[in-house]
Parts: sequence; structure tokens; C-alpha cells
Amino acid sequence: MQRSGRDCGEMQRLDADGTGARQAASFKAFLQKSSSRSDRNLYDHLVLLLAKIMDERPDDAVDVLEDMSLELKRASFKDTQRSLRDHVTPSVGERLAEQQLLLFKHAQDFNHEDPTVETGFPNVNESAFYLEQAGVGLGREEMQRILLALKLLVESHGLPQCRLWGKILGTESSYIIAEAEYTEGDEEQSTDEDLQEEEEEESGTQENETDPVPRSTYLHPPMVPKEALGTGANRFFYFVCNEPGLPWVKLPSVSPAQITAARHICKGFTGRLDSPVLSYPPFPGKEANYLRAQIARISAGTQVSPSGFYQTVEEEGEEEEEMAHDQCLVNPEFEGVSSLEMAQSLSSWVHHIQHILKQGRCTWVNTAMKVEEDSIEEEEAAEKDEQADEPEPEYGPPLLTNLSQDAEMFHTPPWSLRLSSTITPQHAVAVLRSNLWPGAFAYSNGKRFENIY
Amino acid sequence: MDFNSLPYSLEFVAGSGCILTLEERTALQTSLVIVKKNYKFQRILFWGKILGLQHDYFVAQGRGEDEMTDRKSLYSLNCVDWLLLPSVTDAMVEEVSKAAQGRFKGNPSFVYEHKVSQQEGKEQEKVARNVTEEKRLAVTVHHIDEEASVVPRGAFIQSLRGLVQTNRSFGGLSESEARRLENFMHFRKPKTLQKKPIPVKAEWAPAIDFLDVLSEDIPKGSWSLQFECARRVCVLRSLLWLGLTFYHVPMTPQHGYIYMGLGMKNLDLPFML
Repeated sequence: MQRSGRDCGEMQRLDADGTGARQAASFKAFLQKSSSRSDRNLYDHLVLLLAKIMDERPDDAVDVLEDMSLELKRASFKDTQRSLRDHVTPSVGERLAEQQLLLFKHAQDFNHEDPTVETGFPNVNESAFYLEQAGVGLGREEMQRILLALKLLVESHGLPQCRLWGKILGTESSYIIAEAEYTEGDEEQSTDEDLQEEEEEESGTQENETDPVPRSTYLHPPMVPKEALGTGANRFFYFVCNEPGLPWVKLPSVSPAQITAARHICKGFTGRLDSPVLSYPPFPGKEANYLRAQIARISAGTQVSPSGFYQTVEEEGEEEEEMAHDQCLVNPEFEGVSSLEMAQSLSSWVHHIQHILKQGRCTWVNTAMKVEEDSIEEEEAAEKDEQADEPEPEYGPPLLTNLSQDAEMFHTPPWSLRLSSTITPQHAVAVLRSNLWPGAFAYSNGKRFENIY
Repeated sequence: MDFNSLPYSLEFVAGSGCILTLEERTALQTSLVIVKKNYKFQRILFWGKILGLQHDYFVAQGRGEDEMTDRKSLYSLNCVDWLLLPSVTDAMVEEVSKAAQGRFKGNPSFVYEHKVSQQEGKEQEKVARNVTEEKRLAVTVHHIDEEASVVPRGAFIQSLRGLVQTNRSFGGLSESEARRLENFMHFRKPKTLQKKPIPVKAEWAPAIDFLDVLSEDIPKGSWSLQFECARRVCVLRSLLWLGLTFYHVPMTPQHGYIYMGLGMKNLDLPFML
């Protein structure tokens, strides 16, 4: 303070205003210099002190000045910066949003693709529009996200064609399912072989226990072999994901044992593909297999199309007429049936997926023939088998049968058919609902049709 | 769900497969306003849709002064003409549970016949108990409301006289609260509330904790709690009555439930869990 007094005195003696202002500025800068011990500077402290005195107007301000100054210094104590940084864990919603953002990005080679070339993924938005008229659907935003996710699927796996099969709700999360056709280059996954190896191991351990324990004469019923990829119940393969944006998981192909077991149990889905399916009779496999078996049953039971859309492949020199056709092609001459006609009778709809026989396959296999190839113990039993009646061949309705021939169950007709709107029948869409598998819908509007679950 | 919020709340439950066609939605908008005026309801809700074989039933519910006791249900086949459902008595419940089997037919005047043999002395008479589908519908709506209606904790308050009203200052459950099943309650006369031990009851606020909590439901696991729509909406689905969906957007007062299904109780539930 004394120094400043001397400086002011010096300023008064000087003549030039410029130097006076400069000295004032330099003195102010001095006041504002932060002290080395604390973070404060004299200028701010004086300002605060005077402001406080102005607010409080204490009596005998000059006597309590030092105390006020100390109090101010104490009050302005700041914490040193915390050494812990905020650890922000991304919430589940934020992570999902980031993954879904990828959906909206174009592929790298987008410019090289010709937009007019037919792409493999379906026009989900168009189907969603018609399905909404029918009163079925998932909401526009979700359908849009599914469309983008299907696009990613087609691009990443190089599938020629895929279709939205539907959505299955689970207790923890749901499954969105896409269906794709087999191409010739696909190979069977090794996971299916593991299942077969496990079953062989089980039968192997039984053989080792023969010495102390009398050998049980019970034979497992011979395992019905799986259908080859691309035929029958394994004609398509399926991808699932829990939410659009998450990566698609391929489901393993289904075996007849799984289908027959799935017929006997009623179990809810949890939403995790690897959770075990605890049920009686025991189901061979995990939830992924159970899901695939249910998809196969639903597809076989409820995938329909207007009659005439598909036609059967005619094979030359066909000897056995009982063999069911397993392929059908799109009929290029299909002209389209008006939705009024479609809505009136069930005979204008046909199944275009093969029916699954009781055995669990679409084409029947005579398992008695295979007995000779198995191990020694079964040869002894084979003699008994030959004497027994051969299992009767099972037939199923041939492909492209009419819906009106579907049997009733529990006194309810298996299908419900109606027009989507009664007020404007000219533009309405024919809607078909399954009563056996509630939740399976099909619609048709002239040339277009679609199935969804 | 509340009629006023119908346009945007349908988006929240669409993930369960419950949607209405555009035609139905627009018809509802007009006809429910007229119904509210005619019956002098304070609030009108679109309760849901029961799928029948030939036709579907659309059900709406009107609420009067007291939300719990003053409820009337109406049904319609085309979202335009609404008819009042009869109020449910115990005798009606018993009749319906014996007679009605299978899916809803879609025809409200369809009569379910059920022959009951009664013994009077030494004679056996077969008495036919006939139940119309309208009564079956009323009883089903009543059952679903009793067993599967959901409201978040704090959405309704009970005054000292027992009057139940909407809580206008309900700000919504927080994200962490919405993950716990204890914060959701059944909207019905409480059944298990009295059996709670007193120390537990001491922590409750009597104005908002007057209903049964969902986590007490038997069997455990009959409710599926998920976050949908990019994790913004909390959706509860009932496994006992398949098709009942409850939605709530955390930190907002938006909530509601809707039933879209076959109208049949899921008796396979113990096997499904």
C-alpha cells in the first residue's frame, strides 16, 4: 500500500497522461498477478472485500477490516481437483443406439452397385403397409429398422434372397427371424456333427457297462436321419437377432427328433439362444434348436400362397407317384387373383411348403433298412426286427394342396378369412389368419401376397 | 390406454404385434368422443381387442369419478357402434366358466350350450345352461382387469374417503425404478395387501401404496419386463393372459395397458416357465 502511495505520488509529479495511464495499467497488472502460494490475486481479493463491505455495511468497518479479509480468504478455499475421473458406463440403451446407427450407414461399395439391380432383401416397407391394413404388424419404425438390418444381412453374408419370416416374443427379449434359401456352396456346420457324436458316445458308454450289469435289451429307436440341406424341412435356413442392429445369428438345421419332441412340449422362449430347454419329454438341444424346430413346424403349417402362384416341377419318367414333390417354382403365367375372390373361399389358397410327417421329416425314410449297418449288438436284434412288421410308410398331403382340406381341431376351423375393411371393399386386402397357430397371418392383394408370423 | 394418448401410445405397444389399422384408428377417434359425451364419462380408455373367429371385438372402458369402482365397459364390432357390456356378477362368472369353451366366435348373440345334469331325488334332469357370447365377453374383460391390469406406483392416489383418482403430479418412474417389478401394481381391489407384516407397511405411503404389487403374482415369472424402442419404453407383457401389454415411458407420466389377444387364459403357463 505504501508503495502504491509513492507510485501515485510519482504519477502526480509526472506530466504526460500517457505514462500515467501506462503506469496505472502496469500497477493493475501487478495487482492481478496470482500469488505463488494460493490461487488468488490481490486485485480480486480487494474487489470482493469491498463488495462485501458495500453489502454488509458493518459498523466500524475500518476496525474489522482485517477480520473480514481473513474470513473472505477462508471462505474462498477451493478443493483441489479430484483425482478420480467420472467413469461413464454407457447404458444399454446407448450401446444399442450406437449399433443401430450402423444400420443407417451406407455400405462402402455403395457407389459400385447399380441401384436398379434387384437386391436380395425384400421390400419390407411395402409388405408392412399391406399388413398394417390387415391389422398385423410391428409398427412402422421397427419395420424400417428391420428392413435396414435385412439389408446388412444380405450384404454381409452374400445371400441371393431373403425374407422376413416374423417375430417371436420371449420373456427376456424377442427374436426377429429372417429366412433365406440355400445356395449350392453352403456346407453343413460342424455343430450338427457334434450332436451326432454325442449320441454315439452315449451308446458307447452303455456298451462298456455290460460286464457287471445285465445288458438291457432296450434299443433306442433308430435315429431318423436328418434331411439334407436344401430339401424338406431344411429347405431354408434362418437367421435370428434380438433387436435390429445386433448381429444376425444363423440357426442350425433341424433334425426330425427335434421336431417330434417339439410337438410334445409347450415351452416359452427366453430370448437367449443358448439357454437349455427343460421339459418332459426331454428336448434334445438348446433353445436355438427348439426355435428352429418351431419355425419348421409353423412354416409347414401356415405358409400359404394364392393358388396358381406356384406350380410343381414336372419330372420326367417318374415311377412312384406317391413321392411328394418337394420343389415348386414361381409360375410365370400367374395373373393375379382379385382380393374379393381370395377372401371368399379357402380353396383359392394353397400351402406351398411341404407338410411335416409324423416321423419329423417331409420325405419318409424307412428306418428298418438301416439296422444292418449298426453295431454288433443291434445285429442280434435285427433278426427280431425283420420278423416284426415293417413300419408303415407315412404319407402326407402333397404339395400345393388346398386350404379347404385342412382338418379341424378342437371344433374350430383352422383358418379365418376376411377382407381387411368392410367399408371400402374395393381397395381391401384379403387377410387370412391361422387358428391353429395364432399369430400366423397371410395377406393377398391381386398379385402380391406375403406370410408373416 | 387413455383415449387422448391413443395416437402415439400405439407406437409403443406395436412391438408386441398389437396394431390397429388406420381405418380402425380413425373410427375410434370419432366414435369414442361421442360415447364419452353420451355416457358422461370423465375419462375413456381404449381397452383392447379380442380376436374372434369371424369378427373381432373392440372394447372400450369409461371411468367415472372413482376410477376403481366406477367402471363401465363397452364393446363394438366395427369401432363405430358401441354397446354396453353387462356388469359382472358372481353367478355370471360361474355360468360362463362352465359353459364357454374354445375361441370367441365373433358373434355376440352366439349361444354356448352346456348341459348340466342335476339330481333331484332320484331323477336326473339335464338342464341346459345357455350363455351368450356377450356375457362371456363381459366376464373375460372383468377377469383380465382383475388379474392383469397394471399401473405404475404413484399414478393413482387414494383419498381418505377411499376415492381413487389419477395423480396429476405423477412424474413417472425413474429408469432404475422401472426395472423393478415392485413398482408396478394391479389396478383392482387389493387382495394380498392386508397380509403384509406391519414393518413392511410402515414404509409405504398410504395414498399411493394401496394396491397389490406385481412381484407377488403367482407363478413368479408370469410377467416379462423389457425395454423396447431403443430402450426408451418399459414394456411389461403378461404370460398369464397372452396379449396384454403395458407400456410406460420412464420419467414421463405416460403409461397405459392394452389387451390384444384371443381372450383365453394361458393355462400352459406353469409348463412354459
